[in-house]
Amino acid sequence: MNTRFPNRYLPYILIAPMIIVVIIFFLIPSVQSLYLSFFRVNPLGNRKIFVALENFSRLITNPNYRNSLLVSVEFAILVVFSGLSSSLFVATIANQRLPGFSVYRAMLIWPYALSPAIAGLVWGLMMNPNFGLGALLLKRLTTIEFNYLTSSISAILFLALAATWKMFGYNIVFFLAGLQGLPTELLEAASLDGAGGWQKFWKVTFPLLSPTTFFLLIMNMLYSFFEIFGLVHITTQGGPGQATNLLVFNLYKDGFIGMDTGFASAQSIVLLFFVATLTFLQFRYVGQKVHYR
Amino acid sequence: MKSETIISLPAQPRRDTAAWFRTRLLGPVLSHAVMIVAVTFIMFPMIYALLLASQTPSEYYNLQLLPGNALFENIAHTWNRINMGRLLANTAFVAITVAVGKIILSVMGGFAFVYFDFRGKGLLFGLILITHMLPLPVRIVPTFALVDAFGWTNSFQALTIPFFASATGILLFRQLYQTIPPALADAARIDGASPMQFLYSIVIPLSATNIAALFLIEFIYMWNQYLWPLLIANADSTRMVQIGLRQLVATDAAVEWHYVMSGVLLAAIPPLLLLILLQRNLIKGVALYEDK
Repeated sequence: MNTRFPNRYLPYILIAPMIIVVIIFFLIPSVQSLYLSFFRVNPLGNRKIFVALENFSRLITNPNYRNSLLVSVEFAILVVFSGLSSSLFVATIANQRLPGFSVYRAMLIWPYALSPAIAGLVWGLMMNPNFGLGALLLKRLTTIEFNYLTSSISAILFLALAATWKMFGYNIVFFLAGLQGLPTELLEAASLDGAGGWQKFWKVTFPLLSPTTFFLLIMNMLYSFFEIFGLVHITTQGGPGQATNLLVFNLYKDGFIGMDTGFASAQSIVLLFFVATLTFLQFRYVGQKVHYR
Repeated sequence: MKSETIISLPAQPRRDTAAWFRTRLLGPVLSHAVMIVAVTFIMFPMIYALLLASQTPSEYYNLQLLPGNALFENIAHTWNRINMGRLLANTAFVAITVAVGKIILSVMGGFAFVYFDFRGKGLLFGLILITHMLPLPVRIVPTFALVDAFGWTNSFQALTIPFFASATGILLFRQLYQTIPPALADAARIDGASPMQFLYSIVIPLSATNIAALFLIEFIYMWNQYLWPLLIANADSTRMVQIGLRQLVATDAAVEWHYVMSGVLLAAIPPLLLLILLQRNLIKGVALYEDK
């Protein structure tokens, strides 16, 4: 328990600026999102009709939205699975004291500083069907024509590739920190008992690392739902067709191009449900972490 | 680290040459191979971007793999075409203002939550934590309407003030201050120091690493903002750099990749430099971050 300073007003003065920003720009708009989701609003925004749950039933029946939901889940699974498995594998190898490895580690982290939009442009170049070295190499090796501007499957894989690449550094930083925090005695005990590298990884390292993995799972899910707007907007614009029309991009189109603000607000509430579930899981699980430390 | 400890165990003489070969030679060689593949995957796209930025269209359409001579011409063209000086200045101003603003409000808040007892403490802490669950897309339509009603469209207020709240910052500093030995605060009180004097002379100097980590994280976060600047500040005077890049690809004609990549380099260099400068702090800060 820390010492407390006796002061009646100072703590409120210290906290007030943050609280004011939270109330004005977070709480009030969130409540308004919920409120608006029960209304049909005309495109000029000057007339509102209460429609109860109509916007939500539209979500269920609207084929564009259903497709958007499906595509977002596919995208999230691709990004989370490929990102976590590859970065855990590389971090485990990178976490060795071998000559040159500190240089490798430093060279893996920096995409963290780049935006999803820049990741999209750089991979748009790599996978350009006419002269992109990535697309040409793929064609040479597998004869697959990878054209993210015309093929739906290529487009979603392309976005997942760019998103995973951008997140790789972040994942590596956390996995390395997690690996370096593991108790060495357990790993030594496992080797004394004759466990091989593979067994040691799955029986000791992986279970001990599960708090880090779970934290990254949540962060990557949030990232693939909420942080990739720029990536979509600067490259595929949701296309070809609706193939990469991820939820936040669809929300932007309905709310700010179509000016259907009630419908867009209902989509916001669905996103709120997602993020609330993920946050709840995160806070719940972090409690269990105490057992490992 | 772990594999070496196995080898150094004294009870294992090297009688088994096959095992020796596996652990001492094959293991490291495979490890190097994996790392080289990973580093290539991460580095190559950016090196390729640099290559394109130096070439003319005929060079890259012919798959020339050597750098061209057009780097400075391409950069100069891009600089003028999207007014890159203005974009970079706008973005730097926004990123620095938000990072500094968040740090100041978070240090003040973290300090208040650890060193004072006051009514409504739990509720106010909960209010700040709840922002974690409210990313922009969840409240975008009303936030846009509100900021527009303030008359803030195409202003720097719109790009900075709504970002000043930070649950992460409050958690980061609150957690740090809980680890400062209580004896320090006791001593300060006995010496008659006011809470603000204690904050300035003891607490803030102890926060240096966390301040640097939060600055790095928030600077990069703001530098890379896209959706909000696109909606609220897409005018020449306030446009941010990511939206400027979009202007380079949003053409009816074929995309001029040499200009796009010149723009990518210019937009990527500031946050990359900062990351290189402050990387140590990031890794120290990460441990705290994860524990929230």
